[in-house]
Amino acid sequence: MTARIGVLVFPGTNCEHDVVKAIGSITADEGPASCAELVWHGTKSLTHLDAVVLPGGFAHGDYLRPGAIARFSDVMGALARFAADGGPVVGICNGFQVLTEAGLLPGALQKNAGLRFVCTSVSVRVCTKRTVLTEEVEEGRALLLPVNHFEGNYTCDRATLDRLRGEDRIVFRYEQNPNGSLDDIAGVCNEAGNVVGLMPHPERSCDPLTGALDGVPLLRSLLVAAERRASLPA
Amino acid sequence: MEVRLRPGISDPQGATVERALPALGFDGVSDVRVGKSIRFFVDAPDEEAARAMSEAVTDRLLANPVIEEAEVRVR
Repeated sequence: MTARIGVLVFPGTNCEHDVVKAIGSITADEGPASCAELVWHGTKSLTHLDAVVLPGGFAHGDYLRPGAIARFSDVMGALARFAADGGPVVGICNGFQVLTEAGLLPGALQKNAGLRFVCTSVSVRVCTKRTVLTEEVEEGRALLLPVNHFEGNYTCDRATLDRLRGEDRIVFRYEQNPNGSLDDIAGVCNEAGNVVGLMPHPERSCDPLTGALDGVPLLRSLLVAAERRASLPA
Repeated sequence: MEVRLRPGISDPQGATVERALPALGFDGVSDVRVGKSIRFFVDAPDEEAARAMSEAVTDRLLANPVIEEAEVRVR
């Protein structure tokens, strides 16, 4: 059964085609068990999908705060239900910001320390494989992934940080912190591990042309999770 | 209303402004915090109702309680 991966598009999203193309290249190499499709933010049901990606960009222009307006798009109610039902959800960069604003992930992304827009490749350590984005990756592995953001400085209160650490929910840490992020956090997940947000862009590290292939094992994990969901009895 | 970062949340904009001031000859300025001022008109029967609605708007949209706090003023 072919898994369907929905890539959400808000007004101002700009990485949706990169995600679709990266998933397409992985499935082309390994057999077409998954296909990715664009899903407009006005959609009110996601039940036909087996995984959802919130790609990078500037949803609703990032007005007020990144993700603050996107949180009220029609699709977000359906996304909350999809996530509560165990559906794999991954937010990349602006998508991560949307997930925190929507309350699907804890904490918030602040302006980078020093007010620097960072646009470079960073080494990111995989801290846990208990998530839909890392289940096929060895724990402790360092991945070279591009970052490209102004508001990636993860922050949360002390109690939340203690909980994230205690529940093994810090998914990625920067080896050299580019943005002032608390505890070098580059990505976190929800309690069940089916909702993951991260600032680096795995989809931009899936083609030798762009310098590295370290995003492939992450997206492959997502495809495995999506295919598992697709094979569940309806 | 005024939306600002909670105490204890680092404020890179405030820190950058603060670092720039001595170069301009303004010494002795500390604890600079940068926030947002948001103004709108509310059609409401009285001040209390306008305040209640403005606070609801703030809680739901204008401030992110994880990092921000807001002060609502009605006039």
